[in-house]
Amino acid sequence: MNTKGLNFIATFVLALILSFFMPWWSVMLAAFIAALLFSLKGVSSFFVPFLSILVFWAGYSFILSNANDFTLARKIAVLLPLKGNPYLLILLTGLIGGLAAGVAGIFGGQCRLIFKKE
Amino acid sequence: MKSFRFLLSLLLTVSVFYGLNTKFGSVPPIGKFLNPYTGFWQNESDEVIHGKVSINGLKDKVTVHYDAELIPHVFAQNDIDLYKAQGYITAKHRLWQMEFQTYAAAGRVSEIIGKSALKYDRQVRRQGMGFGAEKAIEKMNEDPETASLLKAFAEGVNSYIEQLKFKDIPVEYKLLDYYPEEWTEKKTALLLMYMTKDLASYDSDLERTNALRIFGKDRFDLLYPEVFDMEDPVIPKDTDWSFIDVPMTETPKSDIPLETIAKTLDKPHPDNGSNNWAISGEKSYSGNPILANDPHLGLKLPSIWFVMQLSTPDHNAFGATLPGALGVISGFNNHISWGETNATRDVVDWYKIEFKEGDPNKYKHDKQWKEVKQRVESIKIKGEETYLDTVRYTHHGPVAYDTNFMGNRKGTGFAMKWIGHVGGNNQKTFLELNKSQDYDDYVDALSYYTAPAQNFVFASTEGDIALWIQGQLPNKWKGQGKYLMDGSNPDHDWQGFIPQPFNAHTKNPERGFVSSANQRPVDQSYPYYVFNDGYETYRNKVINDFLGSKDKFDIQDFKDLHNNNYNLKAADLLPYMFETMNISGLSVEEMDILNDIKAWNFNNDIDETGPSIWSVWWGNLYQTIWDEYNIDEVALQKPSAYQSIYLLKNKGNDVFMDIVATPEIETAKELFLISFKETVKSLQTWKVANGNYHWEAYKSTFVGHLLQALPAFSRFNLPIGGGRGIVNATSKNHGPSWRMIVEMSSPPKALGIYPGGQSGNPGSKYYDNFIDDWAAGKYNQLNYMQSEIKTDAVIATQTLISE
Repeated sequence: MNTKGLNFIATFVLALILSFFMPWWSVMLAAFIAALLFSLKGVSSFFVPFLSILVFWAGYSFILSNANDFTLARKIAVLLPLKGNPYLLILLTGLIGGLAAGVAGIFGGQCRLIFKKE
Repeated sequence: MKSFRFLLSLLLTVSVFYGLNTKFGSVPPIGKFLNPYTGFWQNESDEVIHGKVSINGLKDKVTVHYDAELIPHVFAQNDIDLYKAQGYITAKHRLWQMEFQTYAAAGRVSEIIGKSALKYDRQVRRQGMGFGAEKAIEKMNEDPETASLLKAFAEGVNSYIEQLKFKDIPVEYKLLDYYPEEWTEKKTALLLMYMTKDLASYDSDLERTNALRIFGKDRFDLLYPEVFDMEDPVIPKDTDWSFIDVPMTETPKSDIPLETIAKTLDKPHPDNGSNNWAISGEKSYSGNPILANDPHLGLKLPSIWFVMQLSTPDHNAFGATLPGALGVISGFNNHISWGETNATRDVVDWYKIEFKEGDPNKYKHDKQWKEVKQRVESIKIKGEETYLDTVRYTHHGPVAYDTNFMGNRKGTGFAMKWIGHVGGNNQKTFLELNKSQDYDDYVDALSYYTAPAQNFVFASTEGDIALWIQGQLPNKWKGQGKYLMDGSNPDHDWQGFIPQPFNAHTKNPERGFVSSANQRPVDQSYPYYVFNDGYETYRNKVINDFLGSKDKFDIQDFKDLHNNNYNLKAADLLPYMFETMNISGLSVEEMDILNDIKAWNFNNDIDETGPSIWSVWWGNLYQTIWDEYNIDEVALQKPSAYQSIYLLKNKGNDVFMDIVATPEIETAKELFLISFKETVKSLQTWKVANGNYHWEAYKSTFVGHLLQALPAFSRFNLPIGGGRGIVNATSKNHGPSWRMIVEMSSPPKALGIYPGGQSGNPGSKYYDNFIDDWAAGKYNQLNYMQSEIKTDAVIATQTLISE
């Protein structure tokens, strides 16, 4: 498997494990560690962890909400406001998680470079 | 280059972290809020209502059966366990609400939502809410039983909070980004103060003072009569008061200060009131007394009520509880049933305080300078520095208005005298009612009750019906507390209280029913001075006429009466308007609308246009009559609808009818026409913007979330009729907050419903599942379990055990 695939999986698995005992920003830590382990170049250092967490957050929120007929998601989608569309809210959730993971991924990559140099 | 990139990526990471972890204005911290493992997605479910839960300090096992309405039926072996379980179960379903209400009661809303709530918080503090709650705690602690049960309840709530994982806290905490704090006995006291404020702090003494100064005594008495020509008091007119042997306070010879007051504190909703009634066995289809109650409050989500069955081997109560208070508030047990409406008694007065020149901490009283007590209110504000407000307390009470707050001028203040500051063990009344077995127990339970004064309706399986107007009520001299009083004159102080056994009451009256709907409590034969800021004048007539109309009543009659939409106010005035108004110049459109309302049968039903036309017409007419009241910088309260209609019909040429701004002299019938033409215009405008103005659409009733009716968590456009002054008192956002009917068979059979749902979680299907049935006038059959043996009605069971 290539580094991108390994980074994707590492980010996902770490994020999943850390989520049991850490706050929301554990996805940033997961992407950061994954970037140290499996370094990526260029835009993929952002997009791989971004996609990994997008899948995690959007997928998990879909599972939770689907089991409850999207009752609360519909309401929160009025509040935010996304015209009451729960799927948009699920997408937004994925994007937000992905964004956090993506920048942490870039940061991890840069740390690795600095560390290597010294 | 590398280090530049490193720094840039660090900066980016930190910014994204900060941006997603911080609340901006009303936008929640978005990363914290949206993540699926601790954010709001975790609230996307119903509460867990099965299995075993361990709670610290339980003496015995407690069984909680849930039925299909998510009503918990709690079976404990002793009172301590029972109220501990009540605390735990209530917190489980309503934690955010029960805590938020105590923040509101204590004037701590700024802590949660920031500076925009500061004015509200200062008002609450200046009304002495915290001070009153402390007095109440003192009184409650004097009774060891109450104290131990309050403690048990707090422990129950806290054991829930302690077990609570961050991911499971109610969604409102996540939205506002704060966390539940420990529950204390004081929070229960604050909740009870909140009810006292909501129900017994309405007053317009200062507005009346302005009106008296501006219009003079004769005109004032015409505008604001103490007694209306039509009277059907709560306690029947023929009641014998000869047992009362403590006289009314004598009226001192003194003057009242005529001040000008620009603005006054916010008032509770003027429609806060209720209906209750009970019929005797002779009037009942089955021979068993039947009782009904429907408290009218703001329509809120989560609902003010939470329905529970609270049972031990000694007693078995069922009904509506107030999240945060112990026991059932409006309900029944195997022997009695009870319910409350607001008693119309004046228990708030205002005193003008003169401070010593050069020493603002001394005030004049009884020809001496007396020292005030200072209470420093420290109001925490989210994201800002704590605000300190020093409130001076005289022996009357807190100086709410002074130069620091809404006051007039240096050296003067207005102090509030309020029954809410006296302290009382109001909790005990409900604890005792829950286990009462007959009329004597009920009377004994009420004797502890001080505020907010309520009309307690009663019915028993033994066949008694009764109604006590209970509260700690000052024995006032004639006219005392109607206007601002002189705070330096000891004769103006409250001189004492009416001895509790002399509070007005009736037991098994000849007419075979008791009822109350916030009207005048007693007629003039009652030997004490009775006055209030406003009496209900319509609902009570409809209820009493209905209950007097037949020999026998059944449950369907009770349902019909709860849902009665007859608009007596409109029926009182409209025929007179049709008769006297000059319609010769009306246009075709105007004639159409006039014919519409002429065809109306005076029922505020959802598909009628009559109630909408009437509502706009009456609003316009009322404003036009009282155009004299539009004075800047003077607080005034317009006369009641009842008196306005009386004047229109009987003094139609009075100078008040004239519109000041026009050169012509208008009389009542011109006002009818002018306001009608305005009505047609505004209805046409409304129709263009919103479509057909049948009553359902025009009134557009909603049940709003406690956070300023946050649309996402509220329910809008409910198809329900009724309105202000109607037995079905549902106006736009106010009305019957709990409808209960209990037949005193053995065991009692009961119906109940409220506009909400048992769960406080907007993600639960039980959040608002009663609303549609409530709007349709339907009820839930309450599953009154006689033992903890599981019945078919039980959908899940949770067992609470000691750790």
